[in-house]
Amino acid sequence: MNKVVSGPRAALEGIKDGMTLMLGGFGLCGIPENTIAELVDLEVKDLTCISNNAGVDDFGLGLLLQKRQIRKMISSYVGENDLFERLMLSGELEVDLIPQGSLAERCRAGGAGIPAFFTPAGYGTEVAEGKEVRIFNGKPHILESALTADFAIVKAWKGDHFGNLVYKGTARNFNPMMAMAGKITIAEVEELVEPGELDPNFIHTPGIFVNRIFQGEKFEKRIEQRTVRQRG
Amino acid sequence: MLSKEQIAQRIAQELRDGYYVNLGIGIPTLVANYIPEGIEVEFQSENGILGMGPFPFDGDEDADLINAGKQTITARAGAAFFDSATSFAMIRGQHVQLTVLGAMEVADNGDIANWKIPGRMVKGMGGAMDLVASADNIIVAMMHTNKEGESKLLKTCTLPITGVQCVKRVVTNLAVLDITENGFKLIERAPGISVEEIVKATEGRLVVEGDIPEMKFA
Repeated sequence: MNKVVSGPRAALEGIKDGMTLMLGGFGLCGIPENTIAELVDLEVKDLTCISNNAGVDDFGLGLLLQKRQIRKMISSYVGENDLFERLMLSGELEVDLIPQGSLAERCRAGGAGIPAFFTPAGYGTEVAEGKEVRIFNGKPHILESALTADFAIVKAWKGDHFGNLVYKGTARNFNPMMAMAGKITIAEVEELVEPGELDPNFIHTPGIFVNRIFQGEKFEKRIEQRTVRQRG
Repeated sequence: MLSKEQIAQRIAQELRDGYYVNLGIGIPTLVANYIPEGIEVEFQSENGILGMGPFPFDGDEDADLINAGKQTITARAGAAFFDSATSFAMIRGQHVQLTVLGAMEVADNGDIANWKIPGRMVKGMGGAMDLVASADNIIVAMMHTNKEGESKLLKTCTLPITGVQCVKRVVTNLAVLDITENGFKLIERAPGISVEEIVKATEGRLVVEGDIPEMKFA
């Protein structure tokens, strides 16, 4: 049950061109930045990336877009990345935009063994095109299918060698659902602690969902929109 | 004509004690600055916080604590963090009492468009489609017309829609309007704005019944 690996290179053992990846994070908050840097170094390409956002031009998934390593993105909001918008409008990048709640639930379903579910989100819009519609309680819903990935890559605050994870603040976001939906799930953590240090009452992701874990060498944790008020 | 702050101030009058409220990006975010005295509301941000507080003091920013607009925020005493699936369970499950969001266009049947301009701007819908599909009480904060002076309150949306027949109320720089079976119904005028000006700026069906009062600000 010791899932600790030496670092991102070892964690990504077995990654190949054309694979599907899930990457946790909301904006730049809670993204697995060490593993993303390693994906750039490994030069894997034709990737399908499932991630709520696409980073910014020079950080997060934007680094993989710069190197044209991503063939297809499945996201809900990509407004912070100019390069992304250009690649999408020019047709260089295939993009599937889906409602944020549906994205979260599709990942959760993928990890939970639920092949599909009905949701009201997107009914009557482009998102519903080609999808089955059913009425429940007098209201139309569309059928959405589960998502899984060859690698799910998540970032947590603390973890132990069993793979138990605790997230901090709003850096939790998509990480717990994605951790459940990977054939291989990699967790990079800020702090790798001894078993027993994490209170079992407060584990967010139980270790069963995690295959490989390592402590990231450094975390830049870039802030996208620094908004403050003045003291006093 | 109302400023963006005044639109937010007017919408804040719709807050009720005990409401859980989701505020979209832009004008809706400003609503949090005008909570009426004597009531308590909790702000939900769909990236995973309930009990969102004001911006942090300079130097106290935390990269792990942001709102859905990616702005640094604080958590109030009694706040809770959760994952994105739980967050949208709150939204889809109708546990949030009021949703305020911006729009590029609203149609007189309550359709809303706010996520895409084909061939020009593709940012994505984020959580907007989940919010509008499920929320019982949706208020749209927007400018009545675009930069060219053309109405954004239409018979039919021209842009790809975000949701069908979901908007309940629209607060613009000119007016408060409800969505009814007969189209937009004029409820209040902005101070100094005449009914004629509102009629002129509204392309969709508009019902005007009796005297239309001016908005009141405390």
